[in-house]
Parts: sequence; structure tokens; C-alpha cells
Amino acid sequence: MIIQGDTGDWEIVIGLEVHAQVISNAKLFSGAATAFGAEPNDQVSFVDAGFPGMLPVINEKCVEQAVRTGLGLKAQINLTSVFARKNYFYADLPQGYQISQYDMPIVGEGTLLIDLPDGSTRAIGIERLHLEQDAGKSIHDMHPSKSYIDLNRSGVALMEIVSKPDMRSPEEAGAYLTKLRTILRYLGTCDGNMQEGSMRCDANVSVRPVGSTDLRTRCEIKNVNSIRFVQQAIEYEARRHIDVYENGGEIKQETRLFDSVKGETRSMRSKEHAHDYRYFPDPDLLPLVISQDLVDGIKATLPELPDEKKARFMAEYGLNAYDAGVMVAEKDSADFFEAVAKGRDGKTAANWVMGDFFATMNSDAKYTWTNPPVSAENLGKMIDLIKDGTISTRLAKDVFIFMVETGKDPATIVEEKGLKQVTDTGAIEKAIDEVFAANPDKVAEVKAGKDKLMGWFVGQVMKATQGKANPGMLNELIAKKFKE
Amino acid sequence: MSELTKLTIAQARDKMAKGEFTAVELTEAHIKAMEAKRDLGAYIVETPDLAREQAKASDLRRQAGQAGTLEGIPLGIKDLFCTKGVQTTAASRILEGFKPQYESTVSGKLLDAGSIMLGKLNLDEFAMGSSNMTSYYGKVTNPWKSKSDAAKQLVPGGSSGGSAAAVAARIAMGATGTDTGGSIRQPAAFCGITGIKPTYGRCSRWGIVAFASSLDQAGPMARDVRDCAIMLGAMAGHDPKDSTSAPMPVPNFEAALTGDIRGLKVGIPKEYRPDGLSDEIQKVWEQGIEWLKEAGATPVEISLPHTKYALPTYYIVAPAEASSNLARYDGVRFGLRVEGSSLDDMYKKTRAAGFGAEVRRRIMIGTYVLSAGYYDAYYSKAQKVRRLIADDFRRAFENVDVILTPTAPSAAFGMDENTDDPVTMWLNDVFTIPTSLAGLPGLSLPAGLNADGLPLGLQLIGRPFDEETVFKVAGVMESAAGFTATPEGV
Repeated sequence: MIIQGDTGDWEIVIGLEVHAQVISNAKLFSGAATAFGAEPNDQVSFVDAGFPGMLPVINEKCVEQAVRTGLGLKAQINLTSVFARKNYFYADLPQGYQISQYDMPIVGEGTLLIDLPDGSTRAIGIERLHLEQDAGKSIHDMHPSKSYIDLNRSGVALMEIVSKPDMRSPEEAGAYLTKLRTILRYLGTCDGNMQEGSMRCDANVSVRPVGSTDLRTRCEIKNVNSIRFVQQAIEYEARRHIDVYENGGEIKQETRLFDSVKGETRSMRSKEHAHDYRYFPDPDLLPLVISQDLVDGIKATLPELPDEKKARFMAEYGLNAYDAGVMVAEKDSADFFEAVAKGRDGKTAANWVMGDFFATMNSDAKYTWTNPPVSAENLGKMIDLIKDGTISTRLAKDVFIFMVETGKDPATIVEEKGLKQVTDTGAIEKAIDEVFAANPDKVAEVKAGKDKLMGWFVGQVMKATQGKANPGMLNELIAKKFKE
Repeated sequence: MSELTKLTIAQARDKMAKGEFTAVELTEAHIKAMEAKRDLGAYIVETPDLAREQAKASDLRRQAGQAGTLEGIPLGIKDLFCTKGVQTTAASRILEGFKPQYESTVSGKLLDAGSIMLGKLNLDEFAMGSSNMTSYYGKVTNPWKSKSDAAKQLVPGGSSGGSAAAVAARIAMGATGTDTGGSIRQPAAFCGITGIKPTYGRCSRWGIVAFASSLDQAGPMARDVRDCAIMLGAMAGHDPKDSTSAPMPVPNFEAALTGDIRGLKVGIPKEYRPDGLSDEIQKVWEQGIEWLKEAGATPVEISLPHTKYALPTYYIVAPAEASSNLARYDGVRFGLRVEGSSLDDMYKKTRAAGFGAEVRRRIMIGTYVLSAGYYDAYYSKAQKVRRLIADDFRRAFENVDVILTPTAPSAAFGMDENTDDPVTMWLNDVFTIPTSLAGLPGLSLPAGLNADGLPLGLQLIGRPFDEETVFKVAGVMESAAGFTATPEGV
């Protein structure tokens, strides 16, 4: 995206840092539970509360999840990584430091392909992924002068996934987040729920004149809690930078917050003192050493990831890039589609899934992938009924609605409702004759050359047969009748 | 003073096994002795009621044939070990009134072995000090008196000063200590008892208030080598709750006391003779070498060339870790809180009031050496030097089995001495710190008295996880030294 300023064209440079909460039963360094929505301070061990003499012990499951994510991002896995302490004081940081990874993260460089609306893709570099503890939560609005602290989140494992500054528009940033979330969900390493905060995003934004390759001063926009807001925040911030530069000003490197109500970013009230985190290797933890066998073992259990699945859907089911992209955006939709399409015409299956099925699915919150409006099995059978001529595509739309309402097998519905299409030439001809007989003036008009009325006849006959007439045969027979 | 308190752990163990007295009687004798010697300030909290209960339970276990290796033995626990339901302060005001809901692995293991806890022993605040003068709960007095100046109050050494004084004064049969740069060995030397800092990783650090995580190690302090071996056997062992604890089996340390050290090579580091080392220390060291020679070992001069960098290295690494480890004492969740006008103000007021001068000094040094712009020059460089020091020992141990050095550069000093300049105080640990930086086992045992009748200690240093050789050599030296002196009134 190019922004036209008063002095020329500008390009946006965006890098994203995503904090993804690791799916695990226990925290990164303690055995406390991690489920969302527990009562405040119900899921806190003495380790999480920073009590004297307590020591961290790494949770292997979290390490495996980080490796799994790294593999999913086609990234370098570092067999030796080091946990470091990031020191700062805050009421919701019980130890007075966050255990994180600094100069030796568990995952190094990788790549993520983003899918653009025109069906093309673009590679965005991954700089690193490291494991770290989350802090607790400060709640400032429950009391006029006191803050409340909930330590349930304290010590929960996060993966910080840092991109290279490779994105050039808010749309690309949105596509990056969407794709990253898809991959994390496929891998089962993060639920990607931005509203619950299990996936959080900080955006680093700078601008530069088109053609320039220098990186200018960036600002970091913190904790924006939806993909749409990230895009808004980036756009606002980029325009702010351009305004400042074009008015002869300088951007100072700072952290900013996005106000979603006003749609603007603003400087976080600058603290009295700049933070110096005094990183150093955590002496309570040995360097984390994993074996290539562990990595290979995890690699062997990786699911088919969205990019591969998309390519396969295009090759195997003849989908175009856009449709395939829509299908694989969620593993559940991909699985559903594949269950419908298996052994059938892929394009027909895609049309039904993306059309009536998605429309119904999105029409009511009660529908979920575990409780879909129509089962993949029934939708598949319905397509079979179209293919073998039992019902027309038009009738199928009614069958679909009945399936949604009753959950019954499509063959049963066709039987019960008498929806079998009429392919008996005599029956159709009889219906045509009746319509012709009732509308002699219109017949005359058609015969006089008013071809447009042909469609009206088709509609009338279809109505007379309760929509059951085979549409192809009906068209043919009416045309024939007029020629007589 | 009851005869019962004069026994060693091994003697009491054997006599109780024969039914000569009960744990209740042994415990009562110690409770009385503790009351009589309260002026030493060795205990921060005495737990006589708990001790009586534990003693009764111990006698029942013995009757049921379930006696542990320390069954019925009354011990003192350094107040750096978290003890369930019993105030644990690290000798700091900031933890006043803190009663943990958990028991440290090491003190828990001692209880599991059947021992009795008499109380929580005084120490330098957060184990930072060499004199036990920095405790918020008062100084500890060394039970030994100088012959030339009997009125002079001597320090017991530190940081495990309460532990050393209690064992020397016979108000605990043994005690736990912790050693970060010499905190077991130096007070053991000052109080004429034996103490060993085992190899880093031998004992779990879980539940011990942390000072410097990469150096802290628990160890036993007792009246002789055998008692230390018995206690360490109960304290040691892999703990999955401490990632730095070594997954190694615990040998039978007592069985290592064979008395036979023929053919062993004993390293004598030439760098441990700094200018100005006192004659009395020099003399006792040479005496030690003689004893080992007589027992059939061979002294070998060795070089540990980076020794002179050990002290500055330690005073970067330890404060750096401490500055971070002590960040959790912030007034938010436990311990002292001094209210303030904002969160930052509360932190400042709480920590200013809660920490003493030496702790504040080390937090500031540690914060400084980790700061942006200074990290490479200090912390990073110190870590490199630390590796060189460890390499010195590794090379030396290619040729020798154990190393003999003095424990401290002097005997116990007066309470009014070494207080003006913190660096003079820090020099007390010059012989013990290199071992700590290298993570090696180091044992101090009393080898003689100086002209003032004060005990002097010698240190034996072993290979990683070879406490057995250290104990074996120490046992031989102990026999040769025949150290039987006790403080007056004991």
C-alpha cells in the first residue's frame, strides 16, 4: 500500500510481535492449571506467586508445543536455548522478573506465507520464537484507590513470535495474523482467541519514502485485541508518521496504545525512568537442551498444514486458489469440505459448502463445527442425489432446508416430501398443456416473437409441478411446444 | 551442662539404639541448654514444643522398629530454610512473621530421617556476611573467648554464624548451613567445628531462601567429620523440584571414613600464600601437610593461577543474582509492607525499611553490574573468569585427589573489627570463594588453636561429587589433629 503525502509517496514498514498462549494443562514452570475463566487467584502455585525458596521447573509439554510451532513455521529449531530473567518491578509480576528467552531462543528464522485477496501469496519472514512466562493481571477499576491482582495468568506459557519487518500494508498485517492463527490452530499449540487474550499482538510501524530502503524510527503499538484493530492502528500510526515527517518533525521511538473508540494511537504516559531489564541467564534453570530425536518425533506428528492442504485441494478437487484458501482457513472447515467432497465433484461440493452451508452456519450462533446445521455425510448424499438425477439443484435447495430443520437423511426427505424430480415427459407435457390452455394470449405473444415470456412459462410450469420438473427437460419441452 | 549434649550425633545414635536414653531425654537436655545459652543469640526462634512433640514421635518410631538414620537427633535449622508453619526470616526484617506453608526439601529430608528441630538459627541477613553482624534479629556471639582478652566479644563468622555457634556451644548436635562463598566453612573454622559445603547440585535448593542461585548450596555443620557424613547422607539427593540438583545417587558417606589415605595426592596451591598471611595460619597449614604425609599421602604443589580474580568475580556474580532474587520482597504478597503514595513509593519505602545496609549494598552492586552498558564489562566478564577458575581446578585435579588450604585468613575476630570497610570483611572468604565459584565440595575442620586459644580451620577441596575422598582425608586429619578443645563452659 502506498500512501500519498504532500511531499511524495510513502511506504509502510510493519513488523509484528505476537504473544500466543501455549495450549498446555500446566504453566511453563509450575504445575498450576491454566484453564481460562477460573475464579481469581484459584490457579496459583507458590512458584507463580514468587514465594521465598520456590524454583522453576520447565514443563516439557510447553517446550514440545514451541518446537511444534517452530516446525509449522518452517523455522530453525535450536537444540540448545537459554532462559533469561527480564527484571522489572510491577505488582502483577510476583518474582520481580519474567523468565523469558533473550539471546538464545528455542526457535530461529522461519517463513509464513500470507494469502492475499487476489489469491496470490507472499512470504513474510519469521525472526524468532521464544518461550516466556506471562505476568498476572492488574485490575484497576474495582476500587477507587486500590488495584486488585489476579495471578491465575502468572507463569502461563507464552510463545512470542516475532516477524521480520516484511509487511507493507495493514491488509498484509491482517493476513499475517489470520494465517498465523490458522497455523497455530492447525498445530493445536494456541487457540488464537484474541478476545480472551490468548493471542495478543504488538505492531511495530514505521514509514519511508517509496524507493528508500532505510528503516526509519518505529513505534510499537501494544496489545491490540483484534485483527481489525491492528489494521486500524497501523493505518492511523502510518499517517501520523507521515504528517510528522512532512511537517519537518521527527518520530521518537516509543510505545503507544491504540484507543479503539477514537480509532487513534497515543503515547503511553512516559514512565519516570526508562526500563533497563537487566537480562541475564536464569541461574535456577540449566540451558534447555533438546534432542534431534524429539524434534523428529514431533515433526512426524505434524498435521497437514494450510498451505499444503490448499495446494492439495486445488490439485485434487479442482478448486481455485480463492476457494481453496477459504476452505483451509480453519481446519474444521477443511475437514468438513473434504468429508463432503471425497469421491464427488469437488467444485460442486465447494459451492454447496461455501454457499448454503456457510450461510446457514453463520446465521445462528448455535451452529458450531461439532454441531453443524447439516452433517457432511448428509450433504454428500444430497449431492449424490443431484448427480443421479433424483433431485434437481433447485429441489436440492429445499432438501437442504429440510435437512437443516429435521437432520434427516436427504433420501428420506425426498421420499417423505415427494420431492423427487419429475423426469416423466408425459407428466411434464401435461402440465405444459394446462398452462398453455389457461394462457392463450401469452402463448400468442410468444409466438409473435416476444421470447422474453418463455421464462414466465417455465416458471408457471415449475410452479404447477411444485418445482419437481426436471429443469433441463422442462426447457426443452416448452421450446419444442412453441415450435409446434 | 548435661552429658547428653556433649555427645556427637554418631554416639547419641548408637546409645539410643541400645536404649540408653530416649529422644525425649536427649531433646529435653538440649532445650535446657538452649535456654541457658540464649545470650549467644544463636537462635532466632526456638521451637521447644514442636521439638518435644517430634521427640515423642521419634521414640514411638524407634519402638516400632522404624528408626531413620538421624532418629531422635536434635538439630538446629538455619533460618534460611523454609519450615512449614514456623517463621522463616532469612534474618531480615522484610520477612518478619513469614510462616511458609511448605518445608524445604533439605529440612524435610532431615525430618524424614527422624531428626528433631530445635529451632531456627540466626545468620547474616539473606546469608550476606562473614560475621553474623548483619542479622535484623541481633548479632550472634562466638562461644569461644580469646585468652588474651576474655572480655572481647568475638564473631562466630558468617553467614551460618548461628549454626556454628550453636553446634560449638552444644545447643544443637548438628545444624544445617548454607554456603554461597564460604558461609559454612568460615564460621565452622571460627567456632572450632566441622562443616562441609557439598558439590553444587548435591543438595536441593528448593525451599531455601535464595541468595545467589548459581552458588548457594546447603550442607551440614557438626562436631566432627563423621557427624557431617551422616547428616549429609540424609540431606543430599536429587530433587525434581530443583532443576540444578544433580540426578546422582547418594553414596554412603560414613562408609568413606576408612582411615586409609595411603597413596593419595594432596594438592597444595601456591597461590594460597598471599603476602601478609599470618604465621599462625601458615603454621597450622604446614602441620596439616605433615599429618597427611605421615598417613601416607603425598603433598604436591599445584597452581591455581586465576585465584586472585576469584574475589572480584564473586562480588559481581553473587550480587547480580541476589539483586534479581531479592526483587520478590516487594511488600505485595508477604512479609513487611510500608504503605506509600503509589506502587513505586510503597516499593521504595518497604525495601528501604526491610533490608539492612549490607543487603542494600549488594542489591545496588548487582543492579549496577547487570545494567545496560555495564553487563559486558562486569557480569559477562565475571562469568568468563569463573570458567577459568573452574578450569584451574579441573587441571589441578588431573594430578591430585584432594586439595588442602586454610579455611580463613584469620581466627575469629572481634565484633568491632572489620566493620568500617566492607572489602576487608569480604577478604575473609578469600580461600573459600574459588571453590564456590567452581562448584566443588569444600570441608573445613578444626586443626588447632592459635596463641589466643582460638580455633583455626583447614579446608579440604574435592573433585565434583567426590565428597567421599574429602571425608576420608578429613577423617584422617581429624584423628591426627586430636582436636578436643571446647569453648569455656561447654
